[in-house]
Amino acid sequence: MTSGIGSWGVYLPYWRLEREAIAQALGGPGGRGSRTVASYDEDTTTMGVEAARLAVRPGGSVPEQLLFSTPSPAYQDKTNATTIHAALGLPQRVGAYDLVGSVRSGVISLTAAIRAATTAPTLAVISEIRTGLAGGTDERDSGDGAVAFSCVPDGAVAELISTASASEEFLDRWRVPGESESHQWEERFGETAYVPLAQSAFSDALKAADLSVEDIDHLVVTGLHTRAVRAVTPSLGVDATRLAPDRSVVLGNLGAAQLGVSLADVLERATPGQVVVVLQLADGADALVWRTTDELAAEQDRRRGSHLATVAEQLTSGRCDLPYAAFLTWRDQLHREPPRRPEPTRPGAPNMLRSEGWKYAFTASCCLACGFRHLPPARVCLRCKAVDQMEPERLAEVGGTVATFTIDYLAFSLGPPTVGVVVDFDGGGRYRCELTDFDPGDVAIGTRVQMTFRRFYTAEGMHNYFWKARTSAQEAKGGAAGSEINEEV
Amino acid sequence: MASNGIRDKVAIVGMGCTKFGERWDCGSDDLLIDASQEAIASAGVAIDDIDAFWLGTLGAGNSGLTLSRPLKLDYRPVTRVENFCATGSEALRNACYAVASGAYDLAMAIGVEKLKDSGYSGLTGIHQVGDGTRDSLTSPATFSFLAPSYSHKYGVDAEEMKEVMTRIAWKNHYNGARNPRAQFRKEVSLETISRSPRVAGELGVFDCSGVSDGSAAAIVCRAEDAHRYTDAPLYVKGLSFVAGPAAGPIDPDYDYTTFEEVVRSAEDAYRQAGVTNPRAQLAMAEVHDCFTPTELILMEDLGFAERGTAWKEVLAGTFDITGELPVNPDGGLKSFGHPIGASGLRMMFECWLQLRRQAPGDRQIKSVTEGGRTLGLTHNLGGGPGECVSFVGVVGSEPSA
Repeated sequence: MTSGIGSWGVYLPYWRLEREAIAQALGGPGGRGSRTVASYDEDTTTMGVEAARLAVRPGGSVPEQLLFSTPSPAYQDKTNATTIHAALGLPQRVGAYDLVGSVRSGVISLTAAIRAATTAPTLAVISEIRTGLAGGTDERDSGDGAVAFSCVPDGAVAELISTASASEEFLDRWRVPGESESHQWEERFGETAYVPLAQSAFSDALKAADLSVEDIDHLVVTGLHTRAVRAVTPSLGVDATRLAPDRSVVLGNLGAAQLGVSLADVLERATPGQVVVVLQLADGADALVWRTTDELAAEQDRRRGSHLATVAEQLTSGRCDLPYAAFLTWRDQLHREPPRRPEPTRPGAPNMLRSEGWKYAFTASCCLACGFRHLPPARVCLRCKAVDQMEPERLAEVGGTVATFTIDYLAFSLGPPTVGVVVDFDGGGRYRCELTDFDPGDVAIGTRVQMTFRRFYTAEGMHNYFWKARTSAQEAKGGAAGSEINEEV
Repeated sequence: MASNGIRDKVAIVGMGCTKFGERWDCGSDDLLIDASQEAIASAGVAIDDIDAFWLGTLGAGNSGLTLSRPLKLDYRPVTRVENFCATGSEALRNACYAVASGAYDLAMAIGVEKLKDSGYSGLTGIHQVGDGTRDSLTSPATFSFLAPSYSHKYGVDAEEMKEVMTRIAWKNHYNGARNPRAQFRKEVSLETISRSPRVAGELGVFDCSGVSDGSAAAIVCRAEDAHRYTDAPLYVKGLSFVAGPAAGPIDPDYDYTTFEEVVRSAEDAYRQAGVTNPRAQLAMAEVHDCFTPTELILMEDLGFAERGTAWKEVLAGTFDITGELPVNPDGGLKSFGHPIGASGLRMMFECWLQLRRQAPGDRQIKSVTEGGRTLGLTHNLGGGPGECVSFVGVVGSEPSA
């Protein structure tokens, strides 16, 4: 038995910013395509939760450890992985750890999870929100998203055969804590530094796996230094047809999450018994060599059966008509007039702990005496008045139908207007909540929704997380841009 | 619901009500002094003649000191009560019961709110530490669920529904324009109302009640003592208050076309008061028209119209000041304004004027002067659809035979 990847989840936010929209606002050449944009109510933690939910197989093994990696953690000092742990409703015994701060840390959460999985299932989550100053290439070419891998002791769909690394201390890209954008040395310097490191990690990994370049079926090379990536790739001697497609025209470069998203993209198309090599350029280079197993086909079938969208399918989902001004506002780059309303107040830490199951895992209660579902969980049954005869029931993965809705033009939101929906959950239970990631024209009585974990607001340095509804079918909106780009890719 | 009621045991013998509005000139202390002074003057008593006080306010202050300090009360009991938008009515209800019990001879119920000093337009709410899971929907948004649900259930198309809502706002502005104490004293055209900027759902600015400062007060005594203070007391016929289990937002059976709390409190109050046909027996009603669809639904919940028919009655003018059953002849929350803690007592103040035939000539309702009806109703609700508290009171100018 060899540990490996059992399942995966890729979360790409609903919103896309077309590069042309930046050019229209600031002038200059437009550039093709779009980039993914985390909504105003998302951060690296919430997107990590969404990816992790997709990676955990319903009824599959419970992860015994959770490793979370992002260059842009929502909190420092406080572990962000515990929020994901809580949102997934994982048992208390499961360890949850952050490996955060740098782009390179993403790869170690994956390889460490694979190694830990030799003894117990482990979940690796990598999340990224990346931008730069207005008009810059980081703003234009980066993307936001998250990926998660459920790593298992046996029954893996892809086994990690070998890894190799090359480390070197040089300043190519850096960011002082508190800064929202990174600095970069002159591009040509980084290229010079990266190329030999990448070549060395690549050949060492192949050697360790006892493979040659001809054995490689899929090659993924990632890195924020695109010039170095472009220079290294052809130098490796792998046939161009074996190169994984570059999705960055539509999605942008997802930074720390790019390696994982590209690997998932490959796993969605690969066949059993193939060799996949992933090479990441970040403060050195890391090469991972995988071999897919016979289990891969069954997992691909299961995902199709569950209507899990592939990365390729997600290229055309979401909305492409995000105004550039909204993007700048969401990333705190545009100083807007605040609403003439009181600031939101922070919730109480004891209150949040007491309602952890509800607030983080969306766990309702079901009356054992009469079966009535309560959202939020209650001790006294509304219908039969039985006291303390409740069973917790997690509804985060249960769909619902809009019973009624309203548009609130008065409530403050960075993505106005606020839409409130009354949701009747499949199998019973009703809850009123906000709708997010929607096109106002798509909301109607009877609309199908699912729940999504979001950051409501930040008050006094405290992030307030809870769940909102989103429409279930997220088809392409805002013009034909998505499909056009897809054809080009 | 078990309640014994205090029909004809207690009488209102004096009332006061300040002008409502953006009272930049007054603090809550001033409003309390003005309302209480008018009330004691109307009862012909001195402040020290009052044995006990019930002060209703949502946020003007905590404890009885909020009243005793500005009025310099002589070491009297002051109970501060709060029950959302029914706060003023709740102060009255408790004062009435205290007098009925024999514990005190003369009591004052007084309500006050100072909403305009917050620096924000609209209600700002009172913060309690929570777990951060409540949605951010505003009050108009939660009430805006009503109109589409009503339309859907009774087959009223959206345009007709908007017309009904507009008619309610138009009526209440028409009435308020004739009331010197009201916040908004202008008639507003149907077109202006229906085209006002959207606030939430189908609700425009003119479908929402006025955010206002104000205070109102009532003095109550046992009915047998009433004529010591006035020749024309108002007798308390029934007082009902209920808090529901907040079922609406969590019960899939709730359809946003009724307030069960209102239905229950109305049934109880009518039973106490011996009212069997409110539409035929009441001279007037002051109801909680926080938003125009609320008033529409209240017409059915309070038994003024059959289910699914109130919208036609509204358009037919049944509830106009000249109609069969005038509703909110003083302008209602819509144009009189809604200082939370004072509103219930402001409603009672209109009953005080109308049933005793002391309303100004252009507002005096004919159901009293010509129809010979003697009963008035006040109603408050606090919270939102499916999760509220509700008060219904019935008073009359004649003791029962």
